[in-house]
Amino acid sequence: MSNKNMEDDKTYFFDKEKNVKRLMHIFYGCCALLFVLDFVIHRHVAHQWENLWGFYPLYGFVGCVVLVLIASWMRTFLMRPEDYYADEGKNDADKKTDNNVGEQNVDA
Amino acid sequence: MWMLEIPPFLPFFIGALIAAVTRGALRNIIMIAIPVISAIHLWSVPEGIHLQLTFLDYQLDPYRVDKLSLMFGYVFHIAAFIAIIYSLHVRDTVQQVSALMYAGSGLGAVFAGDLLTLFVFWELLAFTSVFLIWARKTDRSYAAGFRYLIIQVLSGVILLAGALFYVAEKGTLTFDFIGLEGIAGWLIFIAFGIKCAFPMAHNWLTDAYPEATVTGTVFLSAFTTKVAVYALARGYPGTELLVYIGAAMTCFPIFFAVIENDLRRVLAYSLINQVGFMVVGIGIGTALALNGAISHAFNDVIFKGLLFMSMGAVLHMTGRINGSDLGGLYKTMPKTTVLCIVGAASISAFPLFSGFVSKSMVMSAALENDYNWIWLMLLFASAGVFHHAGIKIPYFAFFAHDSGIRVSDPPNNMLMAMFIAAILCIAIGVYPSALYSLLPYDTGYNPYDATHVLAQTQLLFFSALAFVWLNLRGMYPPELPSTNLDFEWVYRRLLPNALQKTFAVIWRSDLAIRQAFMIKLNDGLTYLSRRHRGVSSLLSRTHPSSSMVMWVAVILASYLFLSFFMN
Repeated sequence: MSNKNMEDDKTYFFDKEKNVKRLMHIFYGCCALLFVLDFVIHRHVAHQWENLWGFYPLYGFVGCVVLVLIASWMRTFLMRPEDYYADEGKNDADKKTDNNVGEQNVDA
Repeated sequence: MWMLEIPPFLPFFIGALIAAVTRGALRNIIMIAIPVISAIHLWSVPEGIHLQLTFLDYQLDPYRVDKLSLMFGYVFHIAAFIAIIYSLHVRDTVQQVSALMYAGSGLGAVFAGDLLTLFVFWELLAFTSVFLIWARKTDRSYAAGFRYLIIQVLSGVILLAGALFYVAEKGTLTFDFIGLEGIAGWLIFIAFGIKCAFPMAHNWLTDAYPEATVTGTVFLSAFTTKVAVYALARGYPGTELLVYIGAAMTCFPIFFAVIENDLRRVLAYSLINQVGFMVVGIGIGTALALNGAISHAFNDVIFKGLLFMSMGAVLHMTGRINGSDLGGLYKTMPKTTVLCIVGAASISAFPLFSGFVSKSMVMSAALENDYNWIWLMLLFASAGVFHHAGIKIPYFAFFAHDSGIRVSDPPNNMLMAMFIAAILCIAIGVYPSALYSLLPYDTGYNPYDATHVLAQTQLLFFSALAFVWLNLRGMYPPELPSTNLDFEWVYRRLLPNALQKTFAVIWRSDLAIRQAFMIKLNDGLTYLSRRHRGVSSLLSRTHPSSSMVMWVAVILASYLFLSFFMN
């Protein structure tokens, strides 16, 4: 059924708002449970930081937020147009015609 | 025990020859049979040196088997088998032949017992694999392939120079512990480092892998970097510098991965991140750390292969790979979606998936040896890899906003290959002792205790929570069609531009000097011609007829004069 880009009236699982919400609630529940388990399960720790209250959950959350914020900030000076390197070693005449020819060529 | 002296690369090279002259089903059968037969053979080979040659007074061991090389030998067979199944539909003979040669070269390199043999296979890896990039047949892949080839060959040349210094220093070519001593140690270290994608030498990977063919990238992701990891594990275990290099490798690529749009390039960055864990393990160099590094290499070949296969399936079916063009593919590619998620869970080191055990080993080793800050970096990298490879890849390809693309799951051979890889990911995660009994050291490490499982699960779930929160707040960077500058900018833009400008200045001054000279020359000539341009002078254009008559008279007179003598 390779009906690429065709109109598709079928409703899929995540098209229903209810299903997404349900999934998110399960996910939030898991997070809360894992956080509480920190206090229930006795852990033998190899490092003092691990003793801190909710060390792993906080580290994971804060680490990822910082990661994304820094990465977004990096975009301000690293981002260039998609064809930034495309004119390497080409004459000006070739530039326009060649840039996208066979760009998405996949093997036979 | 039959035919002990047949090194594993030989069946692959012979297979490549046969594949070059056969077509269709016959070639497919041969290509599948080669890794299977070779693996059965390898399973029966005992440790030891099985082949020895003498070359210019030096002893070469082209085929040496021990536990370290066996681990890589096994996983290379698995990778070749899976990737061959994945590429069965490909009719391009060049790709099939070079893929077999490439897999054979990887095997040749890990079983090489001396530096000269290692060098030969090191270069063969480059020359055979570049065709998998060029086979895409685009301008970009052509240029990327050349850059890849130049850097890989450079690494080989440095390795050869290092090997020659090594012979001069030690008087032997045997490849064992080398260490950072003398010129030889450093040269070989740099050669290994380039192939291992050390920071600043890493862009060949992120440049070339996403430009290769759908099936070619699956082969590429398995061999080159893992051969380098193997070489480091043999030559430089316990080298402290590697701990810091490895930690840098785990951290910096994840920032680029978060903002990268080409999903196969995201995977290329996360490949560097995973190799970073292995390099840290090798740098720590204890039994546990080395076991962790080697087993992580083993697992990485499989789960990274699985991820590249799933993204390859997306590219193959939709013709697109940019996150900004994709989304909602789970609707019509459910099998690929599930298989991709298995790969994502494995690379993220979820408990019961393959990455969990091996990553835990490296991190525990870091803590045991008081590398506290390194441990924190690894922990950050674990959260980060889940963020970009575990969530971003499946989310932007298969979920996110609906791109309206409706394509079916890929051909059966591709699904089959992904299925085998996924089964292996789960099997190794659930029953790790089968794999870990093969490791070089016996450490009795048990990753499945409550502490580890809880800690890792907490880390991952709250990383996911961060993703959800950022997405809901609209703070997550959207996928944008773009190029992000990386170190490659230095040799793709800065140096060419600088050279261009330098040469422009040189050409311009050269032109000015020539022109000044020409003007002076012209002036001189003009001066001379002016002085002598009067009628009947040296450079004049016209001569009066009177002088003609005079000269004729002179000739006749001399003629007359001469005739007196002749008589």
